[in-house]
Amino acid sequence: MQLSLASQNGQTAREEGLDQSPLAIRGLTVSYGEKPAVFSVDMTVVPGQMTAIIGPNGAGKSTLLKAALGIVPPVSGRVQVFGRPLDHQRARIAYVPQRASVDWDFPTRVIDVVMMGLYRELGLLGRIRGTHHKIARDCLERVGMSEFAERQIGQLSGGQQQRVFLARALAQGADLYLLDEPFAGVDAATEKAIIGVLKALRAEGKTVVVVHHDLATVQDYFDNVFLINTRKVAEGAVAEAFTPESLQAAYGGRLATAQIEQIVRPA
Amino acid sequence: MGSEFVTLSLTPLLIGIFAAVACALPGNFLLLRKQALIGDAISHVALPGIVVAFLLTGAISTWPMMLGAAGAAVVAVVMIEGIRRLGRIEPGAAMGVVFTTLFAAGVLLLEQSDTSSVHLDVEHALYGNLESLIWLDGTGWGSLLDPEALAYLPVELPRMAATLVVVAGFIALFWRPLKISTFDEGFARTMGMRTDLLGLALVITAAIAAVAAFDAVGSIIVIAMFICPPAAARMMTNRLEVQIAWSVVFATLSAIIGYVFAGYGPIWIGMGDAVSAAGMIATVSGLILAITALVGPCRARAGAPSGV
Repeated sequence: MQLSLASQNGQTAREEGLDQSPLAIRGLTVSYGEKPAVFSVDMTVVPGQMTAIIGPNGAGKSTLLKAALGIVPPVSGRVQVFGRPLDHQRARIAYVPQRASVDWDFPTRVIDVVMMGLYRELGLLGRIRGTHHKIARDCLERVGMSEFAERQIGQLSGGQQQRVFLARALAQGADLYLLDEPFAGVDAATEKAIIGVLKALRAEGKTVVVVHHDLATVQDYFDNVFLINTRKVAEGAVAEAFTPESLQAAYGGRLATAQIEQIVRPA
Repeated sequence: MGSEFVTLSLTPLLIGIFAAVACALPGNFLLLRKQALIGDAISHVALPGIVVAFLLTGAISTWPMMLGAAGAAVVAVVMIEGIRRLGRIEPGAAMGVVFTTLFAAGVLLLEQSDTSSVHLDVEHALYGNLESLIWLDGTGWGSLLDPEALAYLPVELPRMAATLVVVAGFIALFWRPLKISTFDEGFARTMGMRTDLLGLALVITAAIAAVAAFDAVGSIIVIAMFICPPAAARMMTNRLEVQIAWSVVFATLSAIIGYVFAGYGPIWIGMGDAVSAAGMIATVSGLILAITALVGPCRARAGAPSGV
């Protein structure tokens, strides 16, 4: 059963915006085994705004993001980035994977990780110039990690590692930023630093999509929400789609009604 | 260090060094990708491939044997993937099952077939014949400038040198993608890198190094050099660039010290004959790893796999 709580008008507006939407997904199904992790999902991201992808554990949030980025192959479906196929728009996308997805014992320094974000610009053998170093240092500065540039990445705290990942995404100089659980297991200072950077990106007209797990901060941080539990549950502006009904539909018995009432504050 | 050195020791030493470095270079990436056993697997499955090639052609010649080894490596990779998927067994176990089985099959084939007329036996497969790769026409350092003498260099030397150039060239050309995709494969894919092809190319490069080195120096050195120098190098630094350099230093040191110890060590301690150079080189590389594990500046790291 597909339950779309978005209003009919909003739906039409989004369909019209499909051509130029930063990220438009149609009929996306992804499966790791017999059971689909994401089933027949449509998503249309609003440009220049911040969107949270939320849903219970194992609901396919990260899988949706990875399939949108071509990291995991979909069974079926279509992904368009700014109106064109993903492969033509790689340079306009920046990605922050889950922190736990890599081995932080890897022998490299903070500044080297940020430089990885410049790969598309540098290519296989392009010379690294002063301007590239400056970009990398500026990106570290924006996440408040300048003093750690020469550190080995394994020597950082979880929050610091997360900020390095964000700095690498900034170095990509993209128009669409996709982040997978950037606030998971980070300290309060890091959370504040990250949300500050994301809001600054929005102010520059960039589009930000975040897989998010903390329902309590959705209304403070985001403009739009996308609720998923294998299938799409709801999509739209926070005021319109982040409702007790849609949360109930997405989380089922995992959230008590009393909890939902606490999470969803009246606007 | 005169003419005798050039005749007896120069070429085996160089072949040993080239083989060690050619294996250690891709070993750095395999180790960081937790695929270090691939080198082990390739060098083991090379044996049945070479035996089959010998049985088909009836002669010990380079190209059929190389093709046989390469074919066996492909069969092994397919079998590993098949067992992993059908049997739902973890990759390490699938690899272990496949290469021991194929190696054992190679030993059986070898015993059943008439290879007495040629230099092909299990011992050769394990230890190679490094000491026998001498340069009879190299009568002194001057021979290095003598085209006639150079023409009689053991064929393994230019072959191993060419292999090293190919391996080093691959890593130099694809340095950035290799580094990025080894650290963060998902991120690499979002930038449009074909990480699957790159991973395959790395394994093929490792296979080329393993098969060439197997032919010259036997599988013991191959297995040791894929793992020991890179692992020891990791204890010395927190930068991949520096780790690669250290791994080359350690591979070279292992080859030189191992070769010299094998030739003279037993005599120095009054034990008579020389021992296998391949065995000694592998042992030295293990000792270097042990030393760096005890005193290397980067042996204790916050994110390092714990011993528990």
